[in-house]
Amino acid sequence: MRFAFTDDQLAFRDAVRELLAHECPPSVVRDAWVSGSGRTEGVWAHLGGMGVLGLLAPESAGGLGLSDVDLVLILEETGYAALPEPVVEHAAVGVPLLASAGHDAATAAATGEITVTTALANQGPTAYADAAALVLVERADGVHAAAPAAVGLVARGTPVDGSRRLFTVDRAGVGAGLAPVVARREGAALAFDRGALGTAAQLVGLARRMIDMTVGYTKDRTQFGQPIGSFQAVKHHLADARIALEFARPLVYRAAWVVAAGEPSRPVDVSMAKARASEAALLAARQALQCHGAIGYSYEYDLHLYMKRAWALAGAWGDAAWHRARVGRAILGPDAS
Amino acid sequence: MDLTFTPDEEAFRDECRRWLHANVPRGLPSGDTREGFALHLDWERKLFDARWAVVSWPEEYGGRGASPMEWLIFEEEYYRAGGPQRVTQNGIFLLAPTVFEFGTKAQQDRILPRMAAAEDLWCQGWSEPNAGSDLAGIQSRGVRDDERGGWRLSGQKTWTTRGAFCTHLFGLFRTDPEAERHRGLTYLLVPLDAPGVTVRGFGRLDGDEGFAEVFLDDVFVPDDDVLGEVNQGWSVAMATTSAERGLTLRSPGRFMATAARLVELWRERGASADPALRDAVVRAYIDAQAYRWQTFQTVTRMTDGENVGAESSLTKVFWSELDVRMHETALELLGADAELDDSAWTRGYQFALSGPIYAGTNEIQRNVIAERVLGMPRR
Repeated sequence: MRFAFTDDQLAFRDAVRELLAHECPPSVVRDAWVSGSGRTEGVWAHLGGMGVLGLLAPESAGGLGLSDVDLVLILEETGYAALPEPVVEHAAVGVPLLASAGHDAATAAATGEITVTTALANQGPTAYADAAALVLVERADGVHAAAPAAVGLVARGTPVDGSRRLFTVDRAGVGAGLAPVVARREGAALAFDRGALGTAAQLVGLARRMIDMTVGYTKDRTQFGQPIGSFQAVKHHLADARIALEFARPLVYRAAWVVAAGEPSRPVDVSMAKARASEAALLAARQALQCHGAIGYSYEYDLHLYMKRAWALAGAWGDAAWHRARVGRAILGPDAS
Repeated sequence: MDLTFTPDEEAFRDECRRWLHANVPRGLPSGDTREGFALHLDWERKLFDARWAVVSWPEEYGGRGASPMEWLIFEEEYYRAGGPQRVTQNGIFLLAPTVFEFGTKAQQDRILPRMAAAEDLWCQGWSEPNAGSDLAGIQSRGVRDDERGGWRLSGQKTWTTRGAFCTHLFGLFRTDPEAERHRGLTYLLVPLDAPGVTVRGFGRLDGDEGFAEVFLDDVFVPDDDVLGEVNQGWSVAMATTSAERGLTLRSPGRFMATAARLVELWRERGASADPALRDAVVRAYIDAQAYRWQTFQTVTRMTDGENVGAESSLTKVFWSELDVRMHETALELLGADAELDDSAWTRGYQFALSGPIYAGTNEIQRNVIAERVLGMPRR
């Protein structure tokens, strides 16, 4: 038993952290809210250049041939930065699906030359489908790789996180002849778990970001002649958020190892991770807003960019209740109600 | 990262499991009554004779030199087998780490083997009537006796767990009356049969005589029974607080066993229960797993030489509140049957309620998390 990352894994994480600190500050996230695509200028290419987007693909398909354990730390950083890109759909779900199927576009996806997004059965709306070259659509017979033009995209309202461009996919319109199958049932189940795991990693990063922002603010903001961070009520709000983060993160890392190792407990481990990570991010958002007070409630202040991403991702790829129900079926048997 | 157990770890687990399943006593009464305590001592001595009492200690003191990971495995198997709470725990898990870190070789040789064998039974003398959360407000004092080479102790300790059944006390005493607060305290070891000591047991929430007051009236303690430096007792004591709050006193095995019992209770009673309780059982299961994996991560860091320190406060809040939630869920599943006081869950609930209070209240822990983990300002 050794529950730690290698120096190489941490160094890769640090390089991505540095890139995102420089290339994806709050102003870039804010710009994505008003840009046509909802995406950033240039971060995608940087991530492609570093190998992040093809991390899970074998070297023969233009990837790095690394594992979910390497990827989980990096996705956590994309959450910390609230990176407005379909990085989970692309790097955690799409690239390994295309690579394992030997799809023609696998290499172009691994390098980031094209963008791939997903419409799996239980993930919720599809993000950034209008900007993708391929949408991986799950139907009863498997996951199909379809061109966006062929899948009847319908834009969905106004997402609470203004950088997310959300669509529903007309699954019935995806003809098997037009869109080759890249995964059958088992592959689709693994793909879903990778999406839920990647989203859990981002939620953990978001929780950490909101705690960091709020600790910083409560040291600077003075009321009654002292920093508000010296007041016990404020301390305890943030301590609770920190505890939730502390006990979500090992479940996320554990789930990454389980996915990489192909352990049979995968659905339960992924669900425990997503449930706890969703709750941790929602609690961090709630406490962060309360500790900021009115400034945090202001649209001009950056906190809401991270808070709204947390709300969005807490519900995506199965919310906490959905994942607890899946754990429940595994440990308690079928739910009679 | 390798989240499988090594062949050595698996072999160690098998050995633990075999011995524990053959030897764990069934139906022991509470160890917090005089009669129950005596029965628990038989079990403690059986553990010692088979070298399972202090698995992580060196062999010369009765242990097996087990790694922290092996110790966690032992704990998982101990509670999985239904092992009772350890009535010797305050010595083994709170004093012993301090003796290993601060004691002289002579003190280690004198104290540790008798502790492991449950011959000397140790209680913790920290809290006083006016020093609970504000531990640095300790008023019990030690006056220098140069003639005899030691200290004369006077004052009162209270809420001392199992103090009425123990033979020795480890405690903090104010030895420099001029020094401020947490300066000027000394960590001293006191035999409870020394002249001038009076121990009075009293009932805890559940009525068992698990608490005691200890009165000290000019009790002489020789210099050999000072642990660490004179007037450095606070920093010596802090070594045991992080042990107490963290994983040594309350390892995940205990809570995994409780979560497993809760799952069993759900199987018996869930069909007719409020569906919301199903979700509460699942939450308990997930949280026990979260604690388990957080601990494996922490132990790996410790094995790599990192100091965990204040982060043990995160752990203490988590396990203590998890324990309360699990018992509350069980009591809801039991409904009207929970009123019977001989239900293990009702007794267990009363014990669980002490978790957010002892070893530093959870309010104090949250302050520690804010100030020392998050770096928020003290004042």
